[in-house]
Amino acid sequence: MDVTITNIRKEFARFPALNDVSLKIASGELIALLGPSGSGKTTLLRLIAGLDFPTAGQIFFGDEDASHHSVQDRNVGFVFQHYALFRHMTVAENIGFGLKVRPAASRPPKAEISRRVAELLEMVQLSGFDKRYPHQLSGGQRQRVALARAMAIEPRILLLDEPFGALDAKVRKELRRWLREFHDRTGHTTVFVTHDQEEALELADRVVVMSQGKIEQVGSADDVYDRPSSPFVFSFIGDSTQLPVEVKNGTVLFQGEPLGIAEPGEGAGQLFFRPEDVDLIDARDALSGKVTACRRLAGTRIAEIDIANDGHAPYHVEIEVPLHAPVELGSDIRFRPTRWKIFRD
Amino acid sequence: MTASATASTARWRLKQPSIIPGFGMALGFSLAYLSLIILIPVAGLLWRTAGLGWGGFFAVLTDTRTLKALYVSFGTAFLAALVNVIFGTLVAWVLTRYNFPGRRLIDAMVDLPFALPTAVAGIALAALYAPNGWIGSLFMPFRIAFTPTGIVIALIFIGLPFVVRTVQPVMEELDREMEEAAATLGANRFQTITQVVLPGLTPALLTGFALAFARGVGEYGSVIFIAGNIPYVSEIAPLLIVIRLEEFNYGGATAVATIMLIISFVMLFVINFIQAWSRRRYGNG
Repeated sequence: MDVTITNIRKEFARFPALNDVSLKIASGELIALLGPSGSGKTTLLRLIAGLDFPTAGQIFFGDEDASHHSVQDRNVGFVFQHYALFRHMTVAENIGFGLKVRPAASRPPKAEISRRVAELLEMVQLSGFDKRYPHQLSGGQRQRVALARAMAIEPRILLLDEPFGALDAKVRKELRRWLREFHDRTGHTTVFVTHDQEEALELADRVVVMSQGKIEQVGSADDVYDRPSSPFVFSFIGDSTQLPVEVKNGTVLFQGEPLGIAEPGEGAGQLFFRPEDVDLIDARDALSGKVTACRRLAGTRIAEIDIANDGHAPYHVEIEVPLHAPVELGSDIRFRPTRWKIFRD
Repeated sequence: MTASATASTARWRLKQPSIIPGFGMALGFSLAYLSLIILIPVAGLLWRTAGLGWGGFFAVLTDTRTLKALYVSFGTAFLAALVNVIFGTLVAWVLTRYNFPGRRLIDAMVDLPFALPTAVAGIALAALYAPNGWIGSLFMPFRIAFTPTGIVIALIFIGLPFVVRTVQPVMEELDREMEEAAATLGANRFQTITQVVLPGLTPALLTGFALAFARGVGEYGSVIFIAGNIPYVSEIAPLLIVIRLEEFNYGGATAVATIMLIISFVMLFVINFIQAWSRRRYGNG
């Protein structure tokens, strides 16, 4: 089921949590809503589910305008960060709940429900746990039960709110890979919310980067990492350095000194580059500074550098340097970004 | 090795090593205090009853007037506790789930039956529900005051705060996401409340019921004004005890008291057992 969101606006007590958001989600896609807290990502997910209603704008499921349909009518699977399992029901009763509460006309017979529950337990690899209560399960197992429960109603789309947020790092990694396989096997349109960029980049077909109630960029992991479309995305995704620069006669000046990189146009802007996209260079027109700290990071070395030209406040920059490079504490170093982006002020 | 391990785990140790000092003194004080406040009076009661002998005790127990009084006391307390569980839960729901002007005032009002002298409540209720009272006259020829119905009404009044104050905090702690989860699974509001919310409240409801019931069984002050106190019809057991005392029949009084004590104890024990069972089953209360 494809989902189209058009010009959605949501206000809580006159404060806009979402501001004119539009998004197209293709059928069978795995989409991540990524952003810092307060960016409106959970609000957007809840609007799609029907747990909240938009102040303005529409949400289409396929061609059907679902904006004002109740959550019960939308038939979406929703998985909560803290599982929200019914603690007085067994695992099997939890999973079968969505089928049991259907009106008599569409409710499957008891035997059919227990067959489906067994099938779903098998799918989330929890066969034999049907008689346990939620408090007898680990966090990862509970989240899988929650997923099975959401899948039991054969949802049109699957929505997950920070599904791995409450789990420890190891389980989180396992479950992440497991969810990707699960999605590839079942082919459900899936939207999940996360503030963990590693999770979003690894798991999703497309990442929706959000900030302050707006969508900043929509794209694949490569798009948002290599071709960020805004200063926010550049600084939010991955590590980066930001320097105020001036473009003059096709060259870039930092604190009045040329950097040896070319950029068309004129005027002030912000230069962004990633720590790994630099070359150590022995030339006058380059960034230069003193190494203030140096630390080993797996296969590379990270150097912290204070760059400043005479009479200017220093800027703190981190770059990756090759292991064999002669970088010593207190020594002067010169480098030039190889890949960069300038956003004009 | 194994033998010593078994011996050390098998031996019951009074003093568990603890990081907090003063266990011996605190436990000693608690036991002495509880003995003084509860055990010694109860022992005195049993001792006085024992003076009657089995025959005398049995005669009191099988006396129709005693049986009727016990029936009225426990029956009305049970009914009142039942009504309180239903409507007290409703009041708690309104107070926790909705925000409206005057909510804090109503919240404070719930405690009124705690604070009001029970005799005052009894006189007020009797005046209201009497055949010529404001409310009582509306129901004529069906009499409310001076019948067991009046007793139930007085006990509802007395027991309400016990249910509300027990259920309210648990309701505030209820996970709203559970209700949202039920909604996404297609459950309507009624199904969500009956199948998701109420089962989660069961331990608190049982506690509230037990408290209201226990309070109702022992209530005296408010009931005697509205009950009419007709022997065999609307005479409660505590009143019968007072009547026996006024007859200087101390043995008879303590015998009725002992029977009440035993029945109350068994009922509280059963309710506690159900609570422990549901806590074990659902992880927490």
